[in-house]
Amino acid sequence: MNPALNSAINASMAPVATPFFFYLLAGLAIISGVLVITRRNAVHSALALIVTLLSVAGLYLMLYASFVAGVQIIVYAGGIMVLFLFVIMLVNIERSSKDRQFNRMWPAGLAAACALMALFVTAFVKGKALFPDRMISLSESSNTQQIAGMLYGEAGRMGEYTFAFEIASLLLLVAILGAVIMTKKKI
Amino acid sequence: MPNFIMSYLGSTVTPGEAGNQFWALIYVFIIFTGVSVAVMAMNWLERKALAHFQIRLGPMRVGPHGLLQPIADALKLMLKEDIIPTEADQFVFWVAPLIGLLAAFAVYTVIPFGPSQAVSDMNIGILFMLGVSSLGVLGVVVAGWASNSHYPLIGALRSSAQMVSYEVAMGLAVVSAILMTSLNEQGTGTLSMIGIVQAQQRQGVWFIFKFFPLGLIAFVIFAIAMVAETNRAPFDMAEAESELTAGYHTEYSGLRWSLFMLAEYAAMIAVSSIAVALWLGGWMRPFPNLLHAPVWDFIFSLFPALTFFGLAAIAVVGVVRMPSHSFFRIQRVGLAGFAALLAFIALLLLVIAVAGRSADTSLAARFREGIDYVYWFVLKVAVFMYLFIWYRATWPRYRFDQLMRVGWKVLLPISLGVLILTAIVGVVAS
Repeated sequence: MNPALNSAINASMAPVATPFFFYLLAGLAIISGVLVITRRNAVHSALALIVTLLSVAGLYLMLYASFVAGVQIIVYAGGIMVLFLFVIMLVNIERSSKDRQFNRMWPAGLAAACALMALFVTAFVKGKALFPDRMISLSESSNTQQIAGMLYGEAGRMGEYTFAFEIASLLLLVAILGAVIMTKKKI
Repeated sequence: MPNFIMSYLGSTVTPGEAGNQFWALIYVFIIFTGVSVAVMAMNWLERKALAHFQIRLGPMRVGPHGLLQPIADALKLMLKEDIIPTEADQFVFWVAPLIGLLAAFAVYTVIPFGPSQAVSDMNIGILFMLGVSSLGVLGVVVAGWASNSHYPLIGALRSSAQMVSYEVAMGLAVVSAILMTSLNEQGTGTLSMIGIVQAQQRQGVWFIFKFFPLGLIAFVIFAIAMVAETNRAPFDMAEAESELTAGYHTEYSGLRWSLFMLAEYAAMIAVSSIAVALWLGGWMRPFPNLLHAPVWDFIFSLFPALTFFGLAAIAVVGVVRMPSHSFFRIQRVGLAGFAALLAFIALLLLVIAVAGRSADTSLAARFREGIDYVYWFVLKVAVFMYLFIWYRATWPRYRFDQLMRVGWKVLLPISLGVLILTAIVGVVAS
């Protein structure tokens, strides 16, 4: 562990067995991520995806981003995946698992995966130059307030990401309206 | 070793905050035991209370007034054959009750039984509780699907639709309570469960009475939504006996079924704790500001002992009224022993209350404080538990379309309105 990190953390809040939990969560995320695409049964894939999302939430917690971790659990694991399962349960699993999958696109998928891998390797190799040497803030107790400051601004000044945040919410509103219009025959 | 324990008992922070894994484990163990015992007591109380609502006697055979019935039930469920249907998805069928149980028990890490009587005080406490308890629906959905049978599947579909719908209104009601924590003072808003109760302490008002009637309306919305969230009557659509046999756990039996039951009751206690912490002042005794003299502190600290004396008195009445036939001799001795145990606990609590009456930092005073906090919190939660039974005995089951209409067309608009009004009133007031 680097000394800057060490001194930044309050002695009483020192994390325990950090490498162990990191490798546990990362390994869990990767294994279940692989299971998502290899299982033929859609419900098993969905369950594996939930495990992936939860272990990523655990990784956020290890980065002292507790708010992001909480939102990850609520939105993805608790909300979206329940709706996924809701739909998948109505599919005839036995028939669909025998169906031929849409796998003629595998060269494109492989290329995309290689590009992503190249990006990760680059980031890893050049990491020292690209990112600051130490974590900017480790204060767990004001994490939520800092996120709010970035999104909504504080003390009368616009936040760093206010515009992008509002645009994203507009996009979501349009998607909701689209869903309503598509399901209703006449409004 | 005794020094180590003593030094910790004097501490004023949660084990999570102190970074002490040993004490955190002890707390987890205590809470797990306490919740399991509470579930057994609740099981007995529900059967007895329901029976008396319907002018029946309820369990009377196993132990005096059926007091040992939950233990007999637990033994029966453990010895019963654990059937996994051949057509079921074996692994998912096996893992489903565990998901529900884990989700129900994980939230207990942040429940504030007192300012330092919690496993940990997370910065995102309430968010964590809502998130993890929303994972409970996965157990239900997955159990219904894995059974590979019609009734469980329909039960699971109903349950997931219902829980997802009511989560929205529930979340909005919670947000309006969180808004109240930061009023009048800059930067005091918090999501931590302990922080929310302390905000009520600082502002001198339970959030149910704040901005009357806004806090009350938000509380009522939460109280309705939490019944739907835990799949209890009158919203127990997921296990409507008359339509779906037993809903999502139709194919389950034995120990695995009892895990579902344990998870359901643990989730009920957990959501009641959220309601108590957010609106009913958590661990605070009644009128902490109005009656704040030390003498009032002392009077209110006698309540735990009085409660146990009352329970002992009820047990003594039971002993006296027991028929004098020799068949009842064992029951009479057992009930008398139970009464003696309750009286002993009451005496112990009385001694602690008297010994720790001065507001100093001695160990007895600290003990007295801790017992008070836990007592008031548990008492408030117990009221909710009784309300759950009362609802079940009183109201007929909703129809599914009515349930959805209430969730989306009544509770959601009202909770949105309350949220907006709370924000406006808060800005105007400060």
